[in-house]
Amino acid sequence: MLEVQTASRIPLDDYAEVIGKGELEELRALAKPLRGRTVEMINSTAVGGGVAEILNRLIPLAEELDVKIRWEVMTGGEDFFEVTKSFHNALHGEPYHATPRDFEVFRAYNERNRARLALDSEFVVIHDPQPAALIEARKKNGNHWVWRCHIDLSHPNRGVWDFLETYVSKYDGAMFSSPEFARKLPIPQYLFYPAIDPLAEKNRELEPEFIADVLSRHAIDPLRPILTQISRFDRLKDPVGVIRAYRIAKRYFDCQLVLAGGSASDDPEGAVVLQEVLQEAHGDPDIKVLELPAWAPLEVNALQRASTIVIQKSLREGFGLTVSEALWKKKPVIASAVGGIPTQVIHKHTGLLAHSVEGTAYQIRFLLSHPEIAAKLGEHGHEHVKENFLITQKLKRYLTLFLALAKSA
Amino acid sequence: MNTSEMPFEFFTVAHLTRIGNQSAATLAEFLTGLEQCSDASIFHHTFQTLGSHHFLTEGFSNDFAQWALADANRDALAEQLTALDIRDYISIAALRADLCRVVREYCGAHPEFAHQTTLEPFYFCESVEVTVPFGRTATTLDEFRQGIEHLSHAAFYFHFISSRLRLQLRTNDFSHWLADGLGLKALADSVNRIDIYTNTLDSARGKLIQLIDLERRKHVGSTNGEPHSAR
Repeated sequence: MLEVQTASRIPLDDYAEVIGKGELEELRALAKPLRGRTVEMINSTAVGGGVAEILNRLIPLAEELDVKIRWEVMTGGEDFFEVTKSFHNALHGEPYHATPRDFEVFRAYNERNRARLALDSEFVVIHDPQPAALIEARKKNGNHWVWRCHIDLSHPNRGVWDFLETYVSKYDGAMFSSPEFARKLPIPQYLFYPAIDPLAEKNRELEPEFIADVLSRHAIDPLRPILTQISRFDRLKDPVGVIRAYRIAKRYFDCQLVLAGGSASDDPEGAVVLQEVLQEAHGDPDIKVLELPAWAPLEVNALQRASTIVIQKSLREGFGLTVSEALWKKKPVIASAVGGIPTQVIHKHTGLLAHSVEGTAYQIRFLLSHPEIAAKLGEHGHEHVKENFLITQKLKRYLTLFLALAKSA
Repeated sequence: MNTSEMPFEFFTVAHLTRIGNQSAATLAEFLTGLEQCSDASIFHHTFQTLGSHHFLTEGFSNDFAQWALADANRDALAEQLTALDIRDYISIAALRADLCRVVREYCGAHPEFAHQTTLEPFYFCESVEVTVPFGRTATTLDEFRQGIEHLSHAAFYFHFISSRLRLQLRTNDFSHWLADGLGLKALADSVNRIDIYTNTLDSARGKLIQLIDLERRKHVGSTNGEPHSAR
């Protein structure tokens, strides 16, 4: 195990102007009974991926509240990560036949990591399946263990889930991003939303000049409506469907479409989808297909802020935090009713849901015809994110969980 | 200015959402769910959800109504569920009885919709409530006003709305203390009339502070200068 030193540190007080002083006082009041008590977060990677991104922000904030929290990363060889990658895909529902050797590799690495670590904090939070078997190190009548599952378990591969469930059912509780992702388990299951950081580069306020510069670099006209979908080039994000919806709307409105995603150069499937998108967009100068560098938070932020409407037309989705990012920027969002999206887009209150290309096109036309309704959806969306999907709310949820666990003991 | 012998203690509250094992994919299943789910589940989808969506002042009332509208596509049922005002209830049992009655009557009048599969299922969840002292108390109206100003949304909602269930009275913690602690019955009644369905929590808090300032003006007169402006 490696203890991770979090890189970025934003003082908790800086959040006061975003969430209000009362909310900060509340966090301090909730943390007071937990002062000096120990928490350990364990996952399988220190960099890259949403979990590491969230822990990097969450740990320093919890430390400021005098909770003794540390973050450790599980170690494993290539064979372990090959197996857990296959398990990950299988738990998402992909066909997979796990062999006894796969299970043996999984158990062996968990055992090695158990031997290295004390695992004696009062609250131990295990993230995702990779370190799930660390629970075997728990002593009788000992500390509190909870399992945070960041993946969609609604249609898991039976063999892999049955294996994993033997470990998960030994925890004091499990947390999922949506009720739909939960399983029937003998332990309490809680709803824990992912979160965005309002002060991170991807979400903080930007100078208008910077936004104008980004638009100019990509030859996007700031004077005509801009429809945007930010997502990797993946068929499950349906970028071709977005182009088709745009084409229908374009008959009525002189609008532009921006499809921006991470580079597809190291992702063979992404490269194929990118080609399909370019082919579909061919001949229309108002469609901008942007391959952004792997980490271009400011550019994504600028594109979202410049948008008239943000679209997330996924066919399948985990939670879809890009929706919260757009709502935080007060943008009207049109999104598919899949995964965690309906939690963020409350139809007709914080955005509009659609179920097809035609439905998406209709909602685009509706919002472009009614900018006052679009503005109201954006305002409400911002408040919804502030109340539910900010990093400070996530911290509050963890504090509440620890208090509830301590009380139940 | 009055001083109360019984201080008002400000608390804050946080909720965890516990995912239940019940879900409903038709109106008939929804009715069964409403009949069988725990009190904590009814609380979560009505009292708790109104608090966490306080910024929606037009047409949002509870999760049941929103699901009837967006997923079951039954506008008339959604309207009836939206119209249930949680301030009318001092017990979960009474609220549950009315929710069940509305859905039962709708299914009776429209049996063709009762077994139609909805776009998305309804997942019954529960609230797990944790309360801790906020670290502030008040014995005078001035201290009370300061405390109100510093409350989080959740703490304000806890004292102003969900207190009805705790008190088992058609009032709230603030009005209860203003009347019993400070003897300000008229102010207590005015505070209890603030409409939480057409106000956000911030605007409700602003109205409460305005009412307190009017009361302070009566007592302080011109000697102490102007009261603080309302938010």
